Amino acid sequence: MTKFDHLRGVPGSRSRLAAQVWEGARVEKGPAVVPEPADVAVPDDLRATIEHHMSLYPDRRSAVLPALRAAQERHGWLSPEAVEQVAAVMQVTPAYLESIASFYDMLELEPVGRHTIYMCTNLSCQLRGAKDVLQALSEATGAPVGESSPDGLFHLRSFECLGACDLAPMASIGGHYRGPLDAQDARAIAAHLREGGAAADVLPDKRLTESADPRQAKGRVNDRTAP
Amino acid sequence: MTRILLQHADVPDLNRIDTYERVGGYRGLRRALTEMTPDQVVKELEASGLRGRGGAGFSMGKKASFLPHGEMDKYVCCNADESEPGTFKDRELMHRNPHQLIEGVLIAAYAAGANRAFIYIRGEYEEQADILDAALTEAYARGYVGERVLGSDFTCSLVVHRGAGAYICGEETALLDSLEGKRGNPRLKPPFPANQGLYQGPTLINNVETLSNVPHVITNGADWFKQFGTERSPGTKVVSVSGCVQRPGNYEVELGIPAREIVYGLAGGPPEGRRIKAWFPGGSSAPVLTEEHLDLPYDFEHMAEAGSMLGSGAIIVVDDSVPIVSVALRLAEFYRHESCGKCVPCREGTNWTVKMLERIDRGEATPLDLEVMADVQGNIIGNCLCLLGDSMAMPVGSMIRRFRDEFEEHIAARAQARERVADRTDAAMPTGEAA
Repeated sequence: MTKFDHLRGVPGSRSRLAAQVWEGARVEKGPAVVPEPADVAVPDDLRATIEHHMSLYPDRRSAVLPALRAAQERHGWLSPEAVEQVAAVMQVTPAYLESIASFYDMLELEPVGRHTIYMCTNLSCQLRGAKDVLQALSEATGAPVGESSPDGLFHLRSFECLGACDLAPMASIGGHYRGPLDAQDARAIAAHLREGGAAADVLPDKRLTESADPRQAKGRVNDRTAP
Repeated sequence: MTRILLQHADVPDLNRIDTYERVGGYRGLRRALTEMTPDQVVKELEASGLRGRGGAGFSMGKKASFLPHGEMDKYVCCNADESEPGTFKDRELMHRNPHQLIEGVLIAAYAAGANRAFIYIRGEYEEQADILDAALTEAYARGYVGERVLGSDFTCSLVVHRGAGAYICGEETALLDSLEGKRGNPRLKPPFPANQGLYQGPTLINNVETLSNVPHVITNGADWFKQFGTERSPGTKVVSVSGCVQRPGNYEVELGIPAREIVYGLAGGPPEGRRIKAWFPGGSSAPVLTEEHLDLPYDFEHMAEAGSMLGSGAIIVVDDSVPIVSVALRLAEFYRHESCGKCVPCREGTNWTVKMLERIDRGEATPLDLEVMADVQGNIIGNCLCLLGDSMAMPVGSMIRRFRDEFEEHIAARAQARERVADRTDAAMPTGEAA
């Protein structure tokens, strides 16, 4: 095992790129170029989605975020192939797309577990015990915070304010907001997804409330004291 | 509670266009297009005194009037990148009443002479973005958006653009960069977006809540709008209350009512047996206030006079069981994570602040560290392209000012605890070796 082996992730991933930096850039390789459209096979549906987004803006580059999100949805993460495909359709360099992907929290440059769980740990949720729920989620899913579980099922992240402090402490499970959560809910979430349940159906009584008046919301009275 | 924006929020299926039309929807757009010139719409908005609800509180009509006249590509952007910790009003407004926002955006586009409009919604709000997309499809089908809206000469497209997770994209120029397909870095101002914004064209950017008010102002007139709230802060405000309160949630109130009425009357105050230690009147970027400020009228002016700001109108309540150092540390960590790194004072200042607060928590700090930390905050404010660094410096600075005693006690207590641990380790060592 050489000195930097621990930095080497999946080929093309961020940690792999970091390892390449340590080993020295391959200057003989030349700069990255815009891929030739004919050289890259792009799935038809992905191409159609990206082209649809490009048609919505006066400048096609505006479609970068929707295109990367579509590619991530299709490939599970922004693998080198995924980035190459977006680059071929949008006619920009893969390096440009990586510079964008590394800026935004929701774009993954490492392979991640199938079900993404963002647990909000910002102030309003922390005041309501988010740390305990995060810990419980980590134990229930087997995913260390910020990483994926070894079985490849879960990807657990401690996230900044998700804009649902009325549900605090809350989490976004595959894009579906649920709260207020406790340790028992954390176990229920993990069990539901592990059994193959859809993220949209998890904990149906912990969705955003039916009424716009918080005083009408049943079961939401927050009498827990802060830790 | 006077309700304007959330008036019909509990009507079932309000997100459907038929329901929205039944409760009076799209009358404002119709009125603007058939009875008013764009200039008259701007004048009406100016006369209403409607102030921006995103944080700065600038007159919406005045902002629209800054856009140049004449034939050119102009744009309207709705800032729906609601990421300020403690703020969730825009989510509620889009979730319950998407057409209200769409109508507001279209009236604003008509007033500004724009024929392309965008709603930049944060990527995490997937449910709300889907709701907006569905509503937009309905609005296109009814002819409220697109070519020759309602048979007039006004043509406008509207696109819901989803972000991908970056607090900084709520800053208006970072939002424009992000919308152009770049990293969301703020731009140097001037030029302001009104002159040079999206794709270098004049651009009007407004918050979701501001634009949701527009149909009501145009339908009912400026005088009607001014009867709510105070003279200088007219209208209602959707206030997001969270943290240590019994009933967290969104409450629509008239500006100018005492803050106590919101925190205790509506949100139920802190849990039994607890007292309020500190509260943020306008999101986590606002300097903290204490219990004595609860009787102030909740509006732009009084919050500013008290040394804080109304900001996004998000009240976060911290009760007396929470150490203030943990609040400061949590916020500093957030701003460190979200700093885009373009300006040094913000990038390094947020990092230093986190390190100093961690040192306090570990018991390695001295009271001098508080001076250094306060000094760092002072050197961030006003020295960056945008307000992200200031947004950490203001609340953290205010916590050091208002809770200096507690900071010092915390430093002393942690240092003592550390010494005790060190003593025990020292004492244990010789016996350990002997054994």
